[in-house]
Amino acid sequence: MKTGFIANLLTAAFLTTSLAQGADITLLNVSYDPTRELYADFNNVFAAYWKGKTGDKVTIRQSHGGSGKQARAVIDGLEADVITLALAYDIDAIATKGQIKPGWQKELPHNSAPYTSTIVFLVRKGNPKKIKNWDDLVKPGVSVITPNPKTSGGARWNYLAAWAFALHQPGGNDAKAKEFVIKLLKNVPVLDSGARGSTNTFVQRGLGDVLLAWENEAFLALNELGPDKFDVVTPSESILAEPPVTVVDRVADKRGTRKVAEEYLKYLYTDEGQKIAAKHYYRPINTKIPTKLAKVKLYTIDKAFGGWQKAQKTHFADGGTFDQIYDVKK
Amino acid sequence: MKLFKRHNNVLPGFGLSIGFTIFYLSVIVLIPLSSLVFRTAGLTWGEFISTVTAPRVMASYKVTFGAAIIAALINSIFGVLVAWVLVRYRFPGRRIVDALVDLPFALPTAVAGITLATIYSPNGWVGRYLEPHGIKAAFTPFGIVLAMTFIGLPFVVRTVQPVIEEIEVELEEAAVCLGANRRQTLQRIIFPMLLPSILTGFALSFARGVGEYGSIIFIAGNMPMVSEITPLLIITKLEQFDYQGATAIACVMLLTSFLMLLVINLLQKWSRRYAE
Amino acid sequence: MSAPVAIIPRSQNPKGRLQTEPAAVRWLLIAIALAFLTLFLALPLAAVFSQAFEKGLSVYLTALQEPDTLSSIKLTLITAALTVPLNLFFGVTAAWAIAKFSFPGKNLLITLIDLPFSVSPVISGLIYVLIFGLQGWIGPWLQAHDIKIVFAVPGIILATIFVTFPFVARELIPLMEAQGKDEEEAALVLGASGLQTFFRVTLPNIKWGIIYGVILCNARTMGEFGAVSVVSGHIRGMTNTVPLHVEILYNEYNYTAAFAVASLLAFLALITLAVKSVAEWKVRLQLGNE
Repeated sequence: MKTGFIANLLTAAFLTTSLAQGADITLLNVSYDPTRELYADFNNVFAAYWKGKTGDKVTIRQSHGGSGKQARAVIDGLEADVITLALAYDIDAIATKGQIKPGWQKELPHNSAPYTSTIVFLVRKGNPKKIKNWDDLVKPGVSVITPNPKTSGGARWNYLAAWAFALHQPGGNDAKAKEFVIKLLKNVPVLDSGARGSTNTFVQRGLGDVLLAWENEAFLALNELGPDKFDVVTPSESILAEPPVTVVDRVADKRGTRKVAEEYLKYLYTDEGQKIAAKHYYRPINTKIPTKLAKVKLYTIDKAFGGWQKAQKTHFADGGTFDQIYDVKK
Repeated sequence: MKLFKRHNNVLPGFGLSIGFTIFYLSVIVLIPLSSLVFRTAGLTWGEFISTVTAPRVMASYKVTFGAAIIAALINSIFGVLVAWVLVRYRFPGRRIVDALVDLPFALPTAVAGITLATIYSPNGWVGRYLEPHGIKAAFTPFGIVLAMTFIGLPFVVRTVQPVIEEIEVELEEAAVCLGANRRQTLQRIIFPMLLPSILTGFALSFARGVGEYGSIIFIAGNMPMVSEITPLLIITKLEQFDYQGATAIACVMLLTSFLMLLVINLLQKWSRRYAE
Repeated sequence: MSAPVAIIPRSQNPKGRLQTEPAAVRWLLIAIALAFLTLFLALPLAAVFSQAFEKGLSVYLTALQEPDTLSSIKLTLITAALTVPLNLFFGVTAAWAIAKFSFPGKNLLITLIDLPFSVSPVISGLIYVLIFGLQGWIGPWLQAHDIKIVFAVPGIILATIFVTFPFVARELIPLMEAQGKDEEEAALVLGASGLQTFFRVTLPNIKWGIIYGVILCNARTMGEFGAVSVVSGHIRGMTNTVPLHVEILYNEYNYTAAFAVASLLAFLALITLAVKSVAEWKVRLQLGNE
């Protein structure tokens, strides 16, 4: 009773402080882990642009975490105006709860993914194990660090990238691809629960010869933690990761922020937005924007796996290929 | 018979205090926890059983409960020793050591996990001396025991400590006067007095270990079938938006801990009666 | 502070008469205890501080003055200010009922009070989401009335109360059971009222238990990570407590700042020490005056 009362009081206090006054607008962008630096940068630029255009002051708040966890928070009521996650599957999960209109992925160009990324290797300086491509990862004595695909969106891309590589080798099929992934997982000593956890294991604990990571994460780690300690190796082929963005209809309509939320996402597609994405080592979809990233042959999730729903079911749901591998391995 | 005893009790406030206790317990603990059961009820019995007895899940029970028992045992032995030393002996730095005991509470579990991994990983302060001897501390089930020992230690020390402080010296003196030597005094007088609180400490340390998540994932390695703890499997289910699967496993954990706590509390009651 | 004998029970006993072990055994036990604590507690603490100060004092101080850090500290203090008194009140009440009376189902009740300890922090957060979340029992109603519980401050407080629920009660129950109820009965027979008995007889007897309980409850309140993480929503500068903020900093590869903020929580243990010493000293003063 007493708690409830105090909780109500606090809620009231909380609401009054967060209620927008006049043309002060707040947006909440719920995102996944590796976009912190990107949005910290982009939010400032957008706020300045919006102020210049409309005179309104917009403050964008950020929440970051694992992609699946963030999707769950929105499903359970976290009031995100826009959501920018690692994979479409997670946004689909919100859409099935009726908070986002079906067909959201067609709302914005390019499958609602304003930037793309891929999976690359971070290795120790000088690349002592001579890791050049995916088939080097399954060699005996190579220790690979990747997070658990059951709990990390990034790890799912890693897993599918390896699978897609094996699938596209001469004579490749699903059985051979599974063989390949089994061999690869045998070289994994630790499965962290999130992408940043794995980076820390690789960098701070000194475990492993190679870290499978988002391209932007690999470069960020390289810059932040020591260009003298690591190298980024881009394999000849990999997977095209399309982290999608969308407006959460339920929240935007309720809070009356639809217009600014939509503009916010659209701004990601402008030259300005694309340049910021490129600066943070994402691959801009506008090919005119210069990028420092190496050319890679990229497979799409739709072509190689028949879309996220199917990939999730085949590989990561309970009893999927990932579980099969570990249940056999014992 | 028990009810009769209560009527004879002259102390006031039973109705009020028990009423409030049950009310607060219900609002904060029981009603929220019941939501787990209701959510799980969406599963059929067969689905429930196959979820909670899947090989991965069974392996995780073994790892989680096994490591928690080992950690609680380590803590019971060393925790009592620490409590005794802190209360009965005087040595330089005693107060600092006393404060240090609460550290595992104050340190966020994630920090604890990161820190323990820093110390015990192969390139860590201690780990680098263990590695040449073939002892892998971090990223193995041993790492789980380490983390659980760390987070559970204050429970034993802080439960036993006040009881040692309350032991009346007269009792020990009387024992000596009656011709008991020190060992007999410890064994016959002190230990029985401490036993209930040691059991409480053991139970709490065990229970805390079973549920721990934040610190363990940093140091366990999280390999399926080997070092994957049950709470991690719950998270795994949640990540797949499988709320029912998650709450099903949670219910099993809850029930198991509840039964173990109940047994220990009964044991404690028995030990108290034995001591009297 | 004067002679360090304060804790010795009923300290009217001169130190010399206190029966104890031979010096060699004493020092051996102290050595074992210290070795164990060094390995498990002192080393982690040293690791926190060594990483916090890795880049020098000025970086340390800058890290602490960052606005998001300050707002996380504020939120943690608010949480503790509500959680600890509520659980203290509950703890004393429950201990009174359980330790001073016999009734059927007592063991069940004690076990239920212990339960939050054994509930995984992940679950402790989840249950509130299941109730107050949008898919939960009263979530839609709250939504319609624009009341935020989860992913806002009230949810954080609720989850924290749950996690630290048993601390005070669990500290007091064994203590009060050990003490029995003879003293209270005597007071009542001599004509004291119920409240007088409680404040004059019971309270002084259980003060150490209360102090320990509050210290533990407070420390755990400020340090709780798992449960709060589930209900927080992680909105920077709004719903991040200190432990969550530490995680954020760590995940931004800002290790020094992460450990700087973490060291604040380690300092908590040291402040605890000061509070406890003062309390002991005051109590001794009181005893001396009587």
